[in-house]
Amino acid sequence: MTHFINLTLNGLASGAGYAALALSLVIIYQATRLVNFAQPALALLSVYTAYTVTQLTGSYWVGFAAALTVGLVVGALVERVIIRPIARTSQLNAIIVTLGLLLVIQGVVGMVWGNEQHGFRYAFDYVGRFAPSDVFALASVGGVALLLFLVYRFTPLGLRMRAAAFRPEAARLSGVKVGLMLTVGWGIASLIGALAGMLAGPPFLSPNVFDVVFVFGITAAVVGGLDNPFGAVVGGLLIGLGMSYVSGYVGPELATLSALVIVVLVLSVRPDGILSRPTARKV
Amino acid sequence: MSQPTVRRETPTDPVGSDPAPRHTRRSALPLPVRHLLLAALGLAAVAGLLLVTGDLTALRLAAVGYTMLAVAGLQLLVGASGQVSLGHGAFMMIGAYAMALLVLHQPMLPLAVNLAIIVVVSVVAGIAVGAATARLHGPYLAGATLILAVGLPGLAHRYHDVLGGSNGLNIRTAGAPPFLQGLVSTSEWRALVVWTTVVLGLALLATLSAGRLGRRMRAIRDDETAAAMAGVPVGGTKVVAFVIASTAGGLAGGLQAYVLGTVTPGSFTLVLSLTLLAALVMGGIGSLWGALWAAIAIVYLQIWATDLARALNLSRDVENNLPIVFFGVVLILVLRFWPLGVHGALHSLRARLRARES
Amino acid sequence: MSTAPLLSVRGLTAHHGPVRALTDVSLDVPHQGLCAVLGANGAGKTTLLRTLTGLHPATSGRVLLDDEDITRLPTEKVITRGLAHVPEGGGVIVELTVEENLRLGGLWRADRRDRTTFDEVMALFPPLAERRSRTASTLSGGERQMLAIGRALMARPKVLLLDEPSLGLAPRVTRQIFTLLRDLRARTGLTVVLVEQNAAGALSVTDHGLVLDQGRVATEGPSDGLLADERTRHAYLGF
Repeated sequence: MTHFINLTLNGLASGAGYAALALSLVIIYQATRLVNFAQPALALLSVYTAYTVTQLTGSYWVGFAAALTVGLVVGALVERVIIRPIARTSQLNAIIVTLGLLLVIQGVVGMVWGNEQHGFRYAFDYVGRFAPSDVFALASVGGVALLLFLVYRFTPLGLRMRAAAFRPEAARLSGVKVGLMLTVGWGIASLIGALAGMLAGPPFLSPNVFDVVFVFGITAAVVGGLDNPFGAVVGGLLIGLGMSYVSGYVGPELATLSALVIVVLVLSVRPDGILSRPTARKV
Repeated sequence: MSQPTVRRETPTDPVGSDPAPRHTRRSALPLPVRHLLLAALGLAAVAGLLLVTGDLTALRLAAVGYTMLAVAGLQLLVGASGQVSLGHGAFMMIGAYAMALLVLHQPMLPLAVNLAIIVVVSVVAGIAVGAATARLHGPYLAGATLILAVGLPGLAHRYHDVLGGSNGLNIRTAGAPPFLQGLVSTSEWRALVVWTTVVLGLALLATLSAGRLGRRMRAIRDDETAAAMAGVPVGGTKVVAFVIASTAGGLAGGLQAYVLGTVTPGSFTLVLSLTLLAALVMGGIGSLWGALWAAIAIVYLQIWATDLARALNLSRDVENNLPIVFFGVVLILVLRFWPLGVHGALHSLRARLRARES
Repeated sequence: MSTAPLLSVRGLTAHHGPVRALTDVSLDVPHQGLCAVLGANGAGKTTLLRTLTGLHPATSGRVLLDDEDITRLPTEKVITRGLAHVPEGGGVIVELTVEENLRLGGLWRADRRDRTTFDEVMALFPPLAERRSRTASTLSGGERQMLAIGRALMARPKVLLLDEPSLGLAPRVTRQIFTLLRDLRARTGLTVVLVEQNAAGALSVTDHGLVLDQGRVATEGPSDGLLADERTRHAYLGF
């Protein structure tokens, strides 16, 4: 029984990271109908920056801030410089270009920081059941989701972003700068992706540390419905739990493949995710 | 060896009807025969190359061969039917482990039988994954196949006893048959075996791509709804395309295991799948010739990166990541400025030169 | 109708790919003018409006609003110069609530916190006031058209471009909307360009009409004149 409770609590804590990554995927998908396969690479770049900044300044939190800043800026730049000219041509090309970006960033990170592992600390003490770092993970993701909801729902910026995402042309006819909204969306999404990286990265960093995290993040997003931010958070926590049970009872090597089974099963029953509703979307 | 793009059907072609025998001005032979002739020519060219080069080049040529088969399978899937698979490396892994297990546990079986069994295994795996993902479209399919690419190597760790964990499996296969010993080296013999299989596979892929199946796939890629209304069995065609691609991937993996004599989970990462896709887009997504450029790029870039890093005294970290970064950059640039890839560029260059002459 | 035109279109040409969709179209709409643009399906009416607001690029020609050249401005800038465009079908964002749709229309204005325009629009369309916090997907076709016009009015435009407001609506609702346009002009001095298939209805509320045929101006003149001219009616308007 203790084993089960431990697995549950661990699952929730790691689920927070998956939820954040899923959220960052959903924000971009909602706005552009594009799954950003470069998201884990952007997170990687952010977290390695945090690693270096922390080493230079000695402060974890300065590094944390640096990671979020890098996420925001690089995400916005990527949309402006790379994605926008190509996304216009075709959806297939847009997907493939994010894969190209994934290769470039992963490779550059490997060039700069090396392919071997680096130790990377948690935000807080992580020893024991439901340690402070676990609480921090859940609280920060919950806080970000709430903040995002409030911004989307109640501010002019949020209204513009929703309008630009739902009906770009109608938004432009209402004077909304749709291109700017896309850039802002990518920036916010990559900032949340950087947060996901800071939560899921420790204890060790390596250039492909987020491959598996990305698998769980995308599973969470698909389960929750790719255009439902609320679903992404719930999906992330569910996948965290599920993978924790699979790892604990069956074996950690099978967790990724069981994610594939979950994705296929969910999509065969509900082609747009469990929590997606065809009309009347929330947030 | 393969089908040049000139004859690519336009979307206005009647869909699903039996192909009327077409006679181009170049040849009146039926397509499969022409593809086989091209295949024989290709094999002769490789054999000629082997005669004048050494053992090292033989191994590299073999690598170009099986990589080309893998990319050609992906070309059929992505280029013709428009489905993005990020899990092609997973099928190579299945083929490679199948080859290793066969050699280890059934050492008496001849190579041809092993390859036949690998085809069957890959078809089964392709049907399983293809049927499971048949209803997924666009980003969902890409996501699901990505999970496969990341997750499958985990099996090697999980079933350590059978699959050898992270050290993988090592196999020894026979070299050239007795009557050729002294004439061709083991490496040259392996390159010949690989290329014989590869050109046959490519001839088959080219024939399929030019026939009814190819037209159906292109119809689905261009407009799925319209294709369905024109009577194309959309789901079935997609699964068939997926199975053909997986089989090409599996066979390529089997050949790789045969040539290298070792199989490890670390060589079938997500980066492999992404590199295959990147190289395909770089070579040209619309034609089987693109697969040749792609395979040459994959094999030789690794070598050049090593040489360059040594020459410039770069660190190992830079050297190891150079090919990945190169493929990523090329992928982005090609999509931005040159959407038809190397083959498309050569093609339009030729057309422009011809226009200037006349 | 004495001074310079408020909206002036000079020799506008536009293409859909290689196909020419508009050829040398010129049109002057005076202050407080009500102008109908008529023609068969595919005559270029919608393309004309889309080119005016920059949703479709002009190949050549100029669009002047209050003597300012707006031909090459991006859509979101054109809107801020005082041109409002209700596209075919309304372009209401069904995922947003009625109130959000309306607020969106005036969001670019510096005085967006001022609620007078919002209250005026609510007073103009009582059915919208009743459902202000429901999503627009719950509205009927006529109500959506009202919402679309309301959203355009939130920008307090100089010229309102309306693309087939009668599409799919009951004749009674269509009449209501047409009457509304006259009311608005009388009360606020709004200038309107109305694209319509329903030529008889449109000509009966407007004071000027222009008939497009295959992207060219086939004929134009005072609305009652067009309505009375047997030849025009038969050749282009089909009634």
